[in-house]
Amino acid sequence: MATVAKRPWLRKAGRHLLLLPFLIFALFPFYHMTLTSLKQDRELYDRYAVPLLIVQAPTLEHYSKLLWDTEFLTWTKNSLLVTLLATTISLVIGTVAAYALARLRFFGFATFGTGIFVTYLVPTSLLFLPLAQVVNWLGLADSKWALVLTYPTFLVPFCTWLLMGYFRTVPKEVEECAMVDGATRIQALWRIVLPIAIPGLVCAALFAFTLSWNEFIYALTFTSSSDQITASVGVTSELIRGDIYFWGELMAGAVLGSVPIVVLYVFFLDYYVSGLTAGAIK
Amino acid sequence: MAIGTLPAARAHARLPWRARVSEALDRERILGPLLITPALILIALLVAYPFCMALYFAMSNAFIGRPSHFVGLRNFINLWDADIFRQTFQNAFVFTGISVAFKLVLGISLALLLNQTLWFTRMIRGAVLLPWVIPTALSTLGWWWMFNSLYSVVNWTGIHLGILDPPGPNWLGQKYYAMAAVITVNVWRGLPFFAITILAGLVAIPKELYEAAEADGASAPARFWHVTLPLLKPVLAVVVLFSTIFTFSDFNIVYILTHGGPINATHLFATLSRQVGIDTGRIGEGAAISLYLFPLLVLVVWAQLRFVRKQAY
Repeated sequence: MATVAKRPWLRKAGRHLLLLPFLIFALFPFYHMTLTSLKQDRELYDRYAVPLLIVQAPTLEHYSKLLWDTEFLTWTKNSLLVTLLATTISLVIGTVAAYALARLRFFGFATFGTGIFVTYLVPTSLLFLPLAQVVNWLGLADSKWALVLTYPTFLVPFCTWLLMGYFRTVPKEVEECAMVDGATRIQALWRIVLPIAIPGLVCAALFAFTLSWNEFIYALTFTSSSDQITASVGVTSELIRGDIYFWGELMAGAVLGSVPIVVLYVFFLDYYVSGLTAGAIK
Repeated sequence: MAIGTLPAARAHARLPWRARVSEALDRERILGPLLITPALILIALLVAYPFCMALYFAMSNAFIGRPSHFVGLRNFINLWDADIFRQTFQNAFVFTGISVAFKLVLGISLALLLNQTLWFTRMIRGAVLLPWVIPTALSTLGWWWMFNSLYSVVNWTGIHLGILDPPGPNWLGQKYYAMAAVITVNVWRGLPFFAITILAGLVAIPKELYEAAEADGASAPARFWHVTLPLLKPVLAVVVLFSTIFTFSDFNIVYILTHGGPINATHLFATLSRQVGIDTGRIGEGAAISLYLFPLLVLVVWAQLRFVRKQAY
């Protein structure tokens, strides 16, 4: 122990050694997915080959099959459309509601705040059956527009909750100063509060995008035609066929379907970390 | 004063409508309700109303494309007599209990490690959080392949490390192994949320407390038990409550990995509810199954409001 204490970098290395199993656990599935998607079928279905490496030449065959022989690009387009629209709608609705809850005192604001919080906790798997009926009545059965309509039900409570925390951190005085100078409350919100709360808005937008891109049970229940489904549903339901030789394409679909999120993630990692904790703690 | 305000009041009455609207918008009692209206309408029409419909469906013999009749609590009672439902009920508690326990213990350990000075802090955090941001449906496909009965990389590695006897278990085809597989994927996906949130709680603990405890001669384990854990309690409570409700109502992992099998050994409320309500069309019964999630939801909401958030909301 004494020698270890004398060498701080040894202790530091020890910590990394302890972290290693956690990192392998977290990353191995992605490594293995990518590896599988790049292997030739011959190697992939050789039961005596080492599954942890690519020994024979890697191939993009599965990717080209996925892109040109399946509807994958249509599913991705659907996902993008639904995600972008649902995110925008939810962000606008959530921002104004959050501002009202954080700053204004009016009849029933506390009840509404509790209501938002309760809605935030309602799992999607509790409501998908009756919502499917509502979607049918609205004539949106088997349409991606049903998803644009229903995703805000879980995105708005989330955005409102997250942004309420951010608006509370903006000092009231800044806003009051503007109003004393003759700005109306809406001008103060638009010109003073929102610019200060931009990190919060970015965070809410990122999480709303991620949550709707990743949504599965509503998409699976409300849509089924190949030209309406999202990427997650397409990959999980249309790529799985009777024969067993589909794993390469399936893994290629799983990798490509995650790309938009990974890109956002790489650029906005710090927002993800702060948003995750803000959502639960504030 | 009275003389001064009179002309002002008269001027107010003559204000053009635009100015009057903008003045009304400056009043909190008018602007507030106006700003929450969109959210309120959305929640009323697409959350509250469907919830009432779920209640009605659950008490009817609704079947796709057929008029339904009120049957009272018969669905709930019939479910209790069905083996498949009782199995699901038990699965839900086993799955949630074990998953949350693992996520809590591993989450605290990981957070303690991440709280130390490290090389590449940002990259390590990024790697740790990754399973949480990738679409669960897609990453679970990766796990499905890893647990494949013929080409399982888990078995291959286990056999070569000498932990498993060849040919290794058929993960998704045997009762307890399937449950273990489903729990593993849930822990994998939920651990980042625990670790990162608990880490935020750890960072918020004042350094002085540790220095004082150390000065009093407290050992590292003693500091953990008497300083860290008590101060972490509120964060742990929030994380566990959140995770309990979302683990209990999980759908994606079981649906993709096992479809509830083998022989219903991994069915959860959400997957069974979908199978009964959509695949076989018995909406009434399906709604009754998903409503079994409701008591737990109420409990968690109550606990959150009562113990965790002592503010107005």
